[in-house]
Amino acid sequence: MANQNGKESLQTKLEKNVFAMYLFMAMAVSLAGIVEIVPLFTNPDTVKDEVVMADGSTKSLLWQRGDKKLSDWKPGDGVRPNTALELAGRDIYQREGCYLCHSQMIRPFRDEKERYGHFSLAIESVYDHPFQWGSKRTGPDLARVGGKYSDEWHILHMRHPQALVPESVMPKYRFLDKAYVDGESIQAHMEGLRKVGVPYTDGDIAEAAGLVKGKTEMNAMVAYLQSLGNMIKFEDGVVYRE
Amino acid sequence: MSLIERYDLKVVRYFIVMASIYLVIGTSIGVYIASELAWPFLNDLGTDLPYFQFGRLRPLHTNTVIFAFGGSALMASAFYIVQRTNQTKLWSNKMAWFTFWSWNLVILLAVITLPLGLTQSKEYAELEWPIDILLTVSWASYMYNFIMTIHIRDRNKVPHVYVANCFFMGMMVMITYLHVVNNLSIPVEWFKSYSIYSGVQDAMIQWWWGHNAVGFFLTAGFLGMMYYFVPKQAQRPVYSYRLSVIHFWSLMFGYVWLGAHHLQYTALPDWAGSLGATISLAMIIPSWGGAINGVLTLSGAWERLREDYILRFLIMSLAFYAMTTFEGPVMAAKTVNALSHYTDWTIGHVHSGALGWNIMVASGALYHMIEKIFNVRLSQKLLAVHFWVHTIGTVTYIVAMWVSGIMQGLMWRAYDEYGTLAYTFAESVSAMHPYYVMRAAGGVLVVLGAITMLINIIITIRKASQEQTSAQAATA
Repeated sequence: MANQNGKESLQTKLEKNVFAMYLFMAMAVSLAGIVEIVPLFTNPDTVKDEVVMADGSTKSLLWQRGDKKLSDWKPGDGVRPNTALELAGRDIYQREGCYLCHSQMIRPFRDEKERYGHFSLAIESVYDHPFQWGSKRTGPDLARVGGKYSDEWHILHMRHPQALVPESVMPKYRFLDKAYVDGESIQAHMEGLRKVGVPYTDGDIAEAAGLVKGKTEMNAMVAYLQSLGNMIKFEDGVVYRE
Repeated sequence: MSLIERYDLKVVRYFIVMASIYLVIGTSIGVYIASELAWPFLNDLGTDLPYFQFGRLRPLHTNTVIFAFGGSALMASAFYIVQRTNQTKLWSNKMAWFTFWSWNLVILLAVITLPLGLTQSKEYAELEWPIDILLTVSWASYMYNFIMTIHIRDRNKVPHVYVANCFFMGMMVMITYLHVVNNLSIPVEWFKSYSIYSGVQDAMIQWWWGHNAVGFFLTAGFLGMMYYFVPKQAQRPVYSYRLSVIHFWSLMFGYVWLGAHHLQYTALPDWAGSLGATISLAMIIPSWGGAINGVLTLSGAWERLREDYILRFLIMSLAFYAMTTFEGPVMAAKTVNALSHYTDWTIGHVHSGALGWNIMVASGALYHMIEKIFNVRLSQKLLAVHFWVHTIGTVTYIVAMWVSGIMQGLMWRAYDEYGTLAYTFAESVSAMHPYYVMRAAGGVLVVLGAITMLINIIITIRKASQEQTSAQAATA
């Protein structure tokens, strides 16, 4: 389409040259990513790792590990990587597609606080490769399910959900009782996660195989669920997110 | 000279047949998992096997409908349209066959690995890294062949790139970019890897992919079909060239921002979610521009809708497209999203797009190509059955999800007179049962429609090739 003054418009030029058209398309689709995604990697406020306490002191939300072992951690000590058994459970959580029906992301609403607990912080999933926030709640949110029920409850529930919650539409996971966690592959998984930034020590990886020895997939799954959401101790009068 | 001699259409025929087979498979799995939510005993069927459980089959459902059916329909129509609008054979027929076989291999591997639980656990990007690499190669061959076919056209006959080709190209560029960036991961086993991103960044990149798999694969590409097949079937030029150019560039630029609206009120910084929601609202304009452009192409030819079922599919798809692209921005608005997020409303929204827009426009496109390539007429009765069964099934599905989604959202936030939560989560689950049954029923109708299409296409092709052989025998 020529303009009235006879000059070719940019659109006309692009329509005649497919490679130039391709280039312009690539530019048009890139801008949003640069503006919306790149700052999430560069801006430290995206994943705040410390808060100002009521008395004015700052406190790290990450576990200050020093040379302690993963097993020395206590609930509320701060965000830490999964233990070997929890990681095995997390792999199963991914494998079984749990994230398709359960979210792990509590929003800052009154009803969600009462139903599930304190809203989720970015730092709480900092070691989650990939994230497990989910997009659907066919079942309830699990972001703070850790410590809410006993291990026995989880085992019975996973074997036969309807026995404990008659309305449930969850599948039965009895097969988790029959399979065992493989120590070597957990070590390989920890090595992989270390490459993408999860701070596992050589000691963590070395002892992993021994820690999961003889454990069933059910044990692993329960360990993972019990680890969810109790890493940070939330205190009154502290602003966790503006 | 017949169409078959002038162009490379065999590969197009293969893609058409595969698309209609995959549609039956993909929607059947959908009905099965929908039924599992209504009747949970279907998850185990008396065995302790994990392979047929919801969590394993749901990714298989999404992958077969999006990549197997949607992908095959896109490849069939892109290879058809690029040849017809540029009046040339494919740049490489061999490469098109490579695309065909490698794409189907990806799907075969998906069918094997997903029920085995080999997954990255990123929605619509579940396939593990070796399959991702194969998919990238297959997709690149599709894109390269397409662009080179435009490049080698005779510029005296065809000086400009037709707008349908632009939509396909836009999809190819963006899907390559999204697929590669979102799937970057560290392999730890043959079929196990961890995303290189974590938490917030991973969530944003995943939904940048998730929404643009919809925005480019299922929108831009299918709009490419719309811009060719609607004018062809209506035998009228596109209503407005100018509108199509505006539609195209605003879609390219705008869609990419929307992913963040999937993460409102989460741990994603508020500015990103709000930015996504704002641009989502603005997207009504290009989306409706495109829908209006398609529908008004019929100006002066409305009476054709009365007897032409293929045209009905195409126009009905635009009605659903307009409705879905209105619903989307509404759901992206923060106050609505607070209610709709995590509920079945999202599932309903996706299906009004997938069933109403994608399957309908693709069915119209596949039917049109079959009639042109074989120079035959499809069974009009079966077309009518498919059209009505599919439309009723789609509406049933969407209505069920609207009711259940909004009900869930309201039940979760309801308080009684003492200021405590009115319902337990389990109560909200049991309240969904009738709507899950209704949704499964809508799905059954969609499957029946898909079977009708497969039968119609196969009968027509067989009849056409029999006539061809007898015609050849007569001339010999």
